Amino acid sequence: MATLKQAAGSQFSRIYGFGAYRGENVVTNDDIAGPIDSSDEWIRQRTGIITRRRADADLSVIDLAVNAAQDVLNTTGIAASDIGAVILSTVTYFHQTPAAAAIVAERIGANPAAAYDISAACAGYTYGIAQADAFVRAGTAKYVLVIGAEKMSDFIDPTDRSISFLLGDGAGAAIVGPSDTPGIGKTVWGADGTKAGSIYQTHSWQEMGANPELGFPTLRQDGPSVFKWASFKMGPVALEAIDAAGLTPQDIDVFVPHQANMRIIDQLIKQIKLPEHVVVGRDIADTGNTSAASIPLAAHRLLAEGTAKSGDVCLQIGFGAGLAYAAQVIVLP
Amino acid sequence: MAYTEQEVLAGLAEIVAEETGLAVETVTADKSFVDDLDIDSLSIMTIVTHAEDKFEVTIPDEAAKDFNTVGDAVNFIVGAQG
Ligand SMILES: CC(C)(COP(=O)(O)OP(=O)(O)OC[C@H]1O[C@@H](n2cnc3c(N)ncnc32)[C@H](O)[C@@H]1OP(=O)(O)O)[C@@H](O)C(=O)NCCC(=O)NCCS
Repeated sequence: MATLKQAAGSQFSRIYGFGAYRGENVVTNDDIAGPIDSSDEWIRQRTGIITRRRADADLSVIDLAVNAAQDVLNTTGIAASDIGAVILSTVTYFHQTPAAAAIVAERIGANPAAAYDISAACAGYTYGIAQADAFVRAGTAKYVLVIGAEKMSDFIDPTDRSISFLLGDGAGAAIVGPSDTPGIGKTVWGADGTKAGSIYQTHSWQEMGANPELGFPTLRQDGPSVFKWASFKMGPVALEAIDAAGLTPQDIDVFVPHQANMRIIDQLIKQIKLPEHVVVGRDIADTGNTSAASIPLAAHRLLAEGTAKSGDVCLQIGFGAGLAYAAQVIVLP
Repeated sequence: MAYTEQEVLAGLAEIVAEETGLAVETVTADKSFVDDLDIDSLSIMTIVTHAEDKFEVTIPDEAAKDFNTVGDAVNFIVGAQG
């Protein structure tokens, strides 16, 4: 009997750099408060959001993804032709098939890299990092481009009080590749379909087809239950990721949680008992919640502003619709 | 072992003080969470979650929504103990 050969990749993997794109339009709380009978004060106090960024109408989620991808290729100097796989996390690409990632890969010159989309909403970027880490270490790809891109403004209802006012448009990207030293800790992840109704789309495309009066579907959430879940169930997940990386909360330099709500971020810091010195990503204040893009955008900003530095140990955790979640500790590029 | 009304009030006051930075003495049974203590719905949810852990009770979201005063929460917790 013939013995097949199994591939092995690099013993370790790491993130080489981040790329970012934010919507070009600054939308204030006053701009959106009218139709939902809200106010700047209410939104700031409950969410920490001061402005959110939204993209021009003529840009597609693919354009957003391409911008972030090009940025990370430029910063890292890695050639697009060396990218072995492109993983795009998005919930705002309105084609069932083909995947947006294939089009992005072609546009950035990464053809014929493997390319596909993943649907894990606000956990999508950290899901993508989990996959990229596995590919690099298994030898399936040398460099993997992970992108979170969302044009949430295409998917919101200005009269919805539950979630629309939180959301912004953006794309964040990272390249994962081989490393001589450990750069990505074990991913602790999961999903809970019993809470599938906590963050949802008003109706399916099929229902809209059958009943055009329903109009284009938009997003909704049960805010209080999502707040409770994220604030109190994600702390133990983060602690498990820290432990799986062989570390304690004292070892963490930087904390970049999904930018859902500043109040959730503050509660998580307490739950995880992160020490005072930890630098925290708080990009939500002026970018809003950009779903899968929020973690790489926040990490990119901390490095660009110099509040975090290369080599820092960073805890990142994504969580959202599914409900799905994933956390891992990484070394910042 | 069930907690007495006094114990629940004292424990709840500590949780509220921890969440809000208010002095423990200001958290009395007659105070309204929203109007007197200036606590918003997200902080109430946080307080309720800590109270569930501390007193080993379940406080459904619908019940928590009806808490006007600190005393309302104390009565619910005392009644919910097994
Ligand atoms: C959405 C969120 C800010 C709502 O805050 P909340 O305090 O839980 O809101 P509730 O639904 O309990 O409503 C509390 C009060 O605020 C009012 N309210 C709700 N939404 C409002 C809005 N957008 N603007 C103004 N007032 C609002 C309600 O009418 C209610 O008023 P009442 O007490 O007079 O009846 C909050 O639940 C949240 O951020 N949850 C986390 C969601 C999240 O981050 N999701 C993304 C995960 S990926």
